[in-house]
Amino acid sequence: MACFLVPATEAIVTTIVAKAVKSHEAKAEEQTKFKALGEDKLPLSKKITRLSGFLWGGSGLLAFEHLWHGEISPFFPFLTAANDPSEIAAAFHEMATTGTTMAVAVTAVWAVLTVVSDKILKRKPKETAKLEGDAV
Amino acid sequence: MTLLITLIAAVIITIVWYTSPKARKLKVGLMCYMYWGASIMWLVDALFEYKEQGAGYFTPAAADMINDSFLGLCAVALGAIVWLGAMLISDPNGVIKDALTQKR
Repeated sequence: MACFLVPATEAIVTTIVAKAVKSHEAKAEEQTKFKALGEDKLPLSKKITRLSGFLWGGSGLLAFEHLWHGEISPFFPFLTAANDPSEIAAAFHEMATTGTTMAVAVTAVWAVLTVVSDKILKRKPKETAKLEGDAV
Repeated sequence: MTLLITLIAAVIITIVWYTSPKARKLKVGLMCYMYWGASIMWLVDALFEYKEQGAGYFTPAAADMINDSFLGLCAVALGAIVWLGAMLISDPNGVIKDALTQKR
């Protein structure tokens, strides 16, 4: 009914956080006059931007699905369930169960991807060195 | 069917993104975000439906299956249109800029 609103809200929050972190990183970089992070680590702002990418993309397509099923409308109050008080409770229940699980699942997948990508970045120089050694 | 179609699209786009530098330059990753994000969310939705319906979830009515397939295809098409719009606006190869500044 309105489950996509939970990940969409998380997407708004992560977008704001990513922008704040990015400006903080830019300031820190300006002060120190050199890049604080080496090539073996992704900036935090980029990692959070990835999470907001998943959340925006997913909740956008889910919003389309809800529009398809007539659960949301382009006019106020936007949620079809809002016209019926008994359906509002069901919509809130769905947001609390399905919506929250969706947001947690996307965040969990992103967390795993972030850990894996950090490990890949750390691993890369070793393998490159090994390949170079093999070539000689 | 919606989940399955979006998941297949996500896998295909991820393979394209990984194998083609040209595709990466054209920001195909945007579609990866959309399709993977939606796939995870629809997977959670499917798990909740399975919890409610049990094995009946795997034997949907033909009309529902056709509607869900159509929805899945439309969702993939919508994702592709969003990517196309974003790609044309960012104009990574400068094609649009060249076309606009070209003298007749």
